[in-house]
Amino acid sequence: MTTASRFPPEPYGQGSGANLADILERVLDKGVVIAGDIRINLLDIELLTIKLRLIVASVDKAKEMGIDWWETDPALSSRARRDELARENAELRERLARLEELELEPGRRTPKEAP
Amino acid sequence: MIGLRYVYAVCRPFDLPLQSQLVGIGGAPPALLHHHGLVAVVSTVPEADFSEEALKAHLEDLDWLSATARAHQGVIDALTTVTTPLPLRLATVFRDDSGIRTMIEAREDDFRGVLDRLAGRVEWGVKVFLEPEPAESAAPAPAAAKPASGRDYLRRRRESSHAHEEKWQRAEAFAQSLHERLCRHAEDCRLHAPQNSALSAAPGQNVLNGAYLVPRGRSEEFVELVDRTKDEAPGIRVELTGPWAAYSFTGEER
Repeated sequence: MTTASRFPPEPYGQGSGANLADILERVLDKGVVIAGDIRINLLDIELLTIKLRLIVASVDKAKEMGIDWWETDPALSSRARRDELARENAELRERLARLEELELEPGRRTPKEAP
Repeated sequence: MIGLRYVYAVCRPFDLPLQSQLVGIGGAPPALLHHHGLVAVVSTVPEADFSEEALKAHLEDLDWLSATARAHQGVIDALTTVTTPLPLRLATVFRDDSGIRTMIEAREDDFRGVLDRLAGRVEWGVKVFLEPEPAESAAPAPAAAKPASGRDYLRRRRESSHAHEEKWQRAEAFAQSLHERLCRHAEDCRLHAPQNSALSAAPGQNVLNGAYLVPRGRSEEFVELVDRTKDEAPGIRVELTGPWAAYSFTGEER
């Protein structure tokens, strides 16, 4: 990576600050799209980008796992999904605690368990 | 070797020389193809690597992909020091120079429009991370603090998860306000999808991944602004990358 600085300011060489994800998200996902003589399917590139973001074996697998936040606004839907999970978690935890309370109160044992 | 022509970028003619040692993909030196008052920056790549079939296979190979992406970005980066390039997407390949000339003729109005809009601007990348907690990776709890009952355990789990959720919300609120502030100091801005830490190798969870279009003359100010925010919030890390060519701003204005 170059650190040439004929045009100031260049306080941060990209070799230091930028990681592979930074570079890939720009050269694969951004930039002008032109149909050259060698056709690469843009959908392939798109799927590739998604795969790289997730580092999963296949996109189908990701969909199976329910990871589909990239399909809409990432800023909004990732939060939406997280909130949903948090809500679901809280609900499950509450139910567990309620069940445990029942278990702990001897007076409320079901007749079935009596000898 | 049968060669194909790989196009990195389109720019206006520029006077400053490119670095003499600059090499592109496969170690080939980039050349300038002038046509209709525009310049395509090209190099020769082996057909064995860039034919449709070969390319499809290569794109699945992370090592090949990252070497190619870095070489592509290396040329764009060098161009950014001497002009304002319009970067093309990775692997834009033609059979010969006449194909490139035809492409320039077909798109020249678009190119001029975008080049005018981007002239003298660079892109800065700003990411916000929620720092990993050392406590999280340590043993769940010391023996003395062992939960007395299942309910105790659940209560603690609830508290810890609640604390984590709160941290997320704080980080998101910080990211949101930082993004708004940076947008006010930029001509244009874009939000990118958060990065996967396996690929970025950056510790912590990526909460904000923004790109900001800034005139060169105001870049110093922008960098200082980002630097000042670095100590604003505990447990949160702000990272700056750039200056990049305006990759994220080559499309339609939003």
